[in-house]
Amino acid sequence: MAAMEGDLVRQEAAVLARAIAEGEVSAEEVTRAHLDRIDAVDERVHAFLQITGDAALEAARAVDRKRSEGIPLGPLAGVPIAVKDVLTMRGVPTTCGSRVLEGWRPPYDSAVVERLRAADMIMLGKTNMDEFAMGSSTEHSAYGPTHNPWDLDRIPGGSGGGSAAALAAFEAPLAIGSDTGGSIRQPAAVTGTVGVKPTYGGVSRYGLIALASSLDQAGPCARTVMDTALLHAAIAGHDARDSTSIDAPVQDVVAAAKRGDVRGMRIGLVKELGGDGYQAGVSQRFNEAVEILTSLGAEVIEVSCPNFEYALAAYYLILPSEASSNLARFDGMRYGLRVGDDGQHSVEEVMALTREAGFGAEVKRRIMIGTYALSSGYYDAYYGQAQKVRTLITRDFNAAFEKVDVLISPTAPTTAFKIGDKVDDPIAMYLNDIATIPVNLAGNTAMSLPVGLAPEDGLPVGLQIMAPPMADDRLYLVGSALEEALVDRWGHLLIEEAPEL
Amino acid sequence: MSTAHDTVDFDEALAMFEPVLGIETHVELGTNSKMFCSCATAFGADANTQVCPVCLGLPGSLPVVNRTAVESTIRMGLALNCSIAPWCRFARKNYFYPDMPKDYQVSQYDEPLCFNGYLDVTVETDDGPRVFRVEIERVHMEEDTGKLTHAGGTTGRIHGADYSLVDYNRAGIPLIEIVTKPIVGTGVLAPQVAKAYVAELRDLMRALGVSDVRMEEGSLRCDVNVSLNLPGAEWGTRSETKNVNSLRSVERAVHSEIERQAAVLTTGGRVIQETRHFHEDTGRSTSGRSKEQAEDYRYFPEPDLVPVAPSEEWIEELRGTLPELPALKRARLQAAWGIGEHELQTIVNAGALELVEAAIADGVDPAAARKWWTGELARIANDRDLELTDLPVTSAQIRRVEELVADGSLNDKLARQVFDGVIAGEGDVDAVVAGRGLAVVSDDSSLLAAIDEALAAQPDVAEKIRGGKVQAAGAIVGAVMKTTRGQADAAKVRALLLERLGVSE
Repeated sequence: MAAMEGDLVRQEAAVLARAIAEGEVSAEEVTRAHLDRIDAVDERVHAFLQITGDAALEAARAVDRKRSEGIPLGPLAGVPIAVKDVLTMRGVPTTCGSRVLEGWRPPYDSAVVERLRAADMIMLGKTNMDEFAMGSSTEHSAYGPTHNPWDLDRIPGGSGGGSAAALAAFEAPLAIGSDTGGSIRQPAAVTGTVGVKPTYGGVSRYGLIALASSLDQAGPCARTVMDTALLHAAIAGHDARDSTSIDAPVQDVVAAAKRGDVRGMRIGLVKELGGDGYQAGVSQRFNEAVEILTSLGAEVIEVSCPNFEYALAAYYLILPSEASSNLARFDGMRYGLRVGDDGQHSVEEVMALTREAGFGAEVKRRIMIGTYALSSGYYDAYYGQAQKVRTLITRDFNAAFEKVDVLISPTAPTTAFKIGDKVDDPIAMYLNDIATIPVNLAGNTAMSLPVGLAPEDGLPVGLQIMAPPMADDRLYLVGSALEEALVDRWGHLLIEEAPEL
Repeated sequence: MSTAHDTVDFDEALAMFEPVLGIETHVELGTNSKMFCSCATAFGADANTQVCPVCLGLPGSLPVVNRTAVESTIRMGLALNCSIAPWCRFARKNYFYPDMPKDYQVSQYDEPLCFNGYLDVTVETDDGPRVFRVEIERVHMEEDTGKLTHAGGTTGRIHGADYSLVDYNRAGIPLIEIVTKPIVGTGVLAPQVAKAYVAELRDLMRALGVSDVRMEEGSLRCDVNVSLNLPGAEWGTRSETKNVNSLRSVERAVHSEIERQAAVLTTGGRVIQETRHFHEDTGRSTSGRSKEQAEDYRYFPEPDLVPVAPSEEWIEELRGTLPELPALKRARLQAAWGIGEHELQTIVNAGALELVEAAIADGVDPAAARKWWTGELARIANDRDLELTDLPVTSAQIRRVEELVADGSLNDKLARQVFDGVIAGEGDVDAVVAGRGLAVVSDDSSLLAAIDEALAAQPDVAEKIRGGKVQAAGAIVGAVMKTTRGQADAAKVRALLLERLGVSE
């Protein structure tokens, strides 16, 4: 379909999949178009750490062969996708944005990558991220920052800034992220894209390199709610290799996205997530979206979650504690970087030198905090206390969900800030995730979708929808209805307003 | 630090002090797969061939609990009269060491699966058998570490080694750790109680089938805690002697540590809280790392695993699978066979209790079953470095050998050769007898021919015997046995010889 060709990279995944299935365009052409786009723009965006072009083209040709042989294909067959560098992919360097893993080629596929392969999707490469997913700007990547396609001087959010930027720069129609405290949703918000953190246990963590095991969750990223749902359906489901994986059927998120209906729904506005500390344009666009939801037939009420106030503090004890243990294995003994192996240093010295050279400042900061918080004599006061707060936050959610079907808030307090603005101020950086963290602590599910540009800076604003565990479909019901109303108003997706690169 | 000369004699030590013991025992469970992945657990495979992303701790990999290991631990807990936790978690024990793929060990900390039990052990004393109740603090599950081999250097330890090799085949093998409460009131019997406790644990695990407990392969390892105190005083500071790997070593480690600590205390010193390394060759230990500043393992609940919550029904189902426990079984068999404690112990020590029991059930004469399994067969197993249970000898074969001995076709010496042939795969009993030509030579004429030949070869001996020196007959009998390759009945040869020479005893 020659007419489509020039636009291939701007198409929705659902449209591409249909066109490939119907033979209007080959998977190889679609893949080539995206690889060409990456070639053209990624030098400026730096969304990718690793581009697997040959493997992608080979996989695309295999899809085309399958189609020509009449072998049934999945709903996203032949659609290109970018994968955050936190997931193992057999034989492809996987770094987590860290020097300590430089050169490591995993001998196995993560569960998510397995599912993408099984769905005949085309993996274009690995995307940039804050080192070990610690950060909200992608500036903590050891391989240099990713730039926000809306303004190359600004951050694309983090830790999954690479995946979000790849979508916003039309380098890929779909991407995989991982969300420990907002690493899917906050980048989605600041790049004008959509991202979902599924219910904890909804997507297998097998092969997802752990930051904080009890908080981490891989999830789908896309430019539309429907595309996000299609990807969500492709990667979700039980996996016996992950003990925390939920052994129950996945909600029909695609059907929910198709339906897109908020009539009769009760939507809770979280009192504690808004107001002071939120950029004026963020609050404005958020409030307009609330009006739309009301006009679509939802009942919007204010809900208080008083313990959310303590979420950030609890999170910054639980996460570093788990991370300090999860990252212990990067010791230079078995894979990745090794420093000081000159016959003069003891094994302990080699471990210390490797970690000194291999980890960046933010990673070291969190390892030290976590090591301290777990120490004998401090455990109860820090880790133990933080777990109690976690329970209280879960109770806040439970109480709220007795009154409403979903909760909403702005995804992030501000739009994308300038690269370098907050990199030396960890607390300011941590505050980016103030609205997204409670969901991870409780194991809930949440979506961020674009609701407009802040008038003061013309940058995207995200709205967060939060639902109870295993009610991921509600995100899509609400998200899809809201997106449809906004697109009606704008005449196009918000991402179409992104400047040409 | 301490050397052989600064010890106090054992009896002297315990005339002054009372010992308190504590024993932590790690046992590899006999599951087919590892604790958290499906890798094989076979001993002796080539290095790093039984590994996968999970037990290598590769980034992104996740553990999944082996249900059989949980089952084995619960059964062990039940056999040790423990309570079973209705809900418990794994914990991470964090420390850096190259034999640990993740630099933390998945273990259990303050929520063990089994707790508060006991095990009665019997110790022989001058006043007859005495029973001690060893109280069990906890039984929990954990994963083993890899195995380090240090090359070069002089100490065999990681410090000073030129390089070290790691085999991760052992990493992730399921272990259970059984921890006693302090064992008090043993007095001079402390070493025997320690040994008897470990022996009883071993027998229990074998009876339960949760582990074959091959101590020589390091599948059971003990850390032995010892302290001494003056009668009526508070308990003393304890030392922990690590990796004591045989029953004899457990006994010796307690013995030598009591002597060492007594020497420290009687010379006005202070026992240091430390780990000690036991040396099999000397039977003594040397100072390891000090535990005065307790290592901080930063335990926290393992977030990659869900809690273990065995249901009442499951626990009761497992209780129903417990076999007759070793102590009860021994008492029953001892009574049934009408043998003494000592003879029973010989059978137990040979690891032959089940084999003897089975042989008797198969119709083998009880005395013969005991004799062969604890005697010749045990020797052959030992020579060939095999477990007794691995010998391919059936009850039918033992019965057949006994028949041939009873009718005079075989003597004991020949019977041994028969078993040797059977084990070497030369066929069944009769086939070995025929194949090796092992029948007793009972034909008088061929025996007399051999006697005449021997007398002719040693005329001086013949003369002595004729002269009445009957004790010289042994030389001729020996020669005849040699020419008949042991296939004659020595008593018969002797009688024929004396008859031939017209001499009487």
